[in-house]
Amino acid sequence: MYRSLFARDAFAELDRLQREMSSLFDLSPSIRGFARGGYPALNVGSTPQSVEIYAFAPGMDPAKIEVNLDRGVLTLAGERTAAAPAASDEKTTLHVNERFAGRFRRVVSLPDDVDPAAVTASYRDGILHVSIQRKAAAQPRRIEVQ
Amino acid sequence: MNAVTQTQDDTARREPTLLPPVDVIEDTTGITLYADLPGVPRDKLNLRVEGDQLAIEADLVIALPQGMQPSHAEVQLSRYRRTFTLSNELDADKVSAELSQGVLRVRIPKAEHAQPRRIAVQVA
Repeated sequence: MYRSLFARDAFAELDRLQREMSSLFDLSPSIRGFARGGYPALNVGSTPQSVEIYAFAPGMDPAKIEVNLDRGVLTLAGERTAAAPAASDEKTTLHVNERFAGRFRRVVSLPDDVDPAAVTASYRDGILHVSIQRKAAAQPRRIEVQ
Repeated sequence: MNAVTQTQDDTARREPTLLPPVDVIEDTTGITLYADLPGVPRDKLNLRVEGDQLAIEADLVIALPQGMQPSHAEVQLSRYRRTFTLSNELDADKVSAELSQGVLRVRIPKAEHAQPRRIAVQVA
């Protein structure tokens, strides 16, 4: 019987289970994958006309978020500065530090039919919304019967 | 009557919610709390102080295009909730807060008697 080298940690086990479960529900595992748990959190959806990406990146200067689309791969990158002052300051104490700080970069591979020329990005209430139109040829059409 | 409100309160507590990440920084005059609440407009934020409890409750609002099929979702709930217990040297009456681009900043000053004082030493 398989025995772990180290004593089992219940939380690590839960984490493993959760990853296993989410990979089960991932219906189309792409070769480029989709790393979960990074920053910012991403939600992706699609309509017949477009692909919609929502990045949960609060407290950013919209001008400093880099959104790049290159050969079907969308990259979101930027830097988030820490709210806490430098730890060297003796008069302040950081009690809890859970918010992300530092550089981030996330990559989404897009379907083949997106139009790289028709991308819009907006930032509102801390959510970056990138909308990419699909090419007209790929959209469902009704064909007239003669 | 009381029992009814109690159960409503309990169901509200059991409903799964997002736990917003926070930073808590203390300085000599008070505590500053930052919470990440992406997607929360100002009117959907409910910040309360009840006794010694500071409660953050907020609803996430995203305008989704019609007929969108989600294909990947890392954020699957639409409500944030988190509570903190304040210690008694904090002045709960003077809490101030601001929400900007999905980041909530709450300032809780220390009560005057709890602020550091320099004590003059008398020469006897």
